[in-house]
Amino acid sequence: MVPTSYFLVLSAVLFGLGVVAFIFKRNILTVFMSIELMLNAVNLAFVSFSRALGQLQGQVFVFFVIVVAAAEAAVGLAIIILIHRNRGTLDVENVDSLKD
Amino acid sequence: MITPQMAVFLVLAAATVAGAVSLILQRHPIHSALSLIVVMVALAGLYLLQGAEFVAAVQVIVYAGAIMVVFIFVIMLLNAGEEERTNISRLARFVGVPLGIVFLFEVAYWIGRATAHLGTTPPEMVSTRELSSLLFREYVFPFELTSFLILIALLGALVLARREDSD
Repeated sequence: MVPTSYFLVLSAVLFGLGVVAFIFKRNILTVFMSIELMLNAVNLAFVSFSRALGQLQGQVFVFFVIVVAAAEAAVGLAIIILIHRNRGTLDVENVDSLKD
Repeated sequence: MITPQMAVFLVLAAATVAGAVSLILQRHPIHSALSLIVVMVALAGLYLLQGAEFVAAVQVIVYAGAIMVVFIFVIMLLNAGEEERTNISRLARFVGVPLGIVFLFEVAYWIGRATAHLGTTPPEMVSTRELSSLLFREYVFPFELTSFLILIALLGALVLARREDSD
């Protein structure tokens, strides 16, 4: 039997690692993957609370989070492809101006 | 003493943290993507450990099997190369990283103390029938809205990534 607080601590650790990756990585695709890592950490917290409190609404919300993450990944990757096509670089340090 | 569930939890938790740390430390984005897939599959195992079988299946099929595959397609399409090695500042390396680890332990301690009253997770599986009756009765409106959202995202991605041909 695993205490619920262990799952929540793991969720917090994963979220923190996602934030670290978001700040320190330079490739825009890795930054985008760190957003997915943060969403996964939040999903783990949702499922843990849903089981601990005996309700199912948490898992319904996890379902919606996964769907929204899929839609966001599609549009975000299209934008990344456009950035690569127009600026020629995938480095976040170089896409720092709205106009060329 | 370590019950079998605790042993499974420790193995899966170690796999998720190892995958997340590997995502940060790897230089090529394809290695980061594969590390993220490891994290997602281990998280699916953790959902199964808590009895959420439908969420675990959706995680593997949709998240690890579709979204991460699209990521890898884009990484290979754009021919993303390795990041160059930038020198981290000495302040960040010798003060920031130890302070960050101390902060991490502190956050873990306080979360553990604040949620200790929740007890242990019950071992029985959640039936998909209950979950679907909740999803299609009380939450049918958000469900239809998310299908609309996927349609909009699909149209948006198509319009954005279309090549400007001279018609």
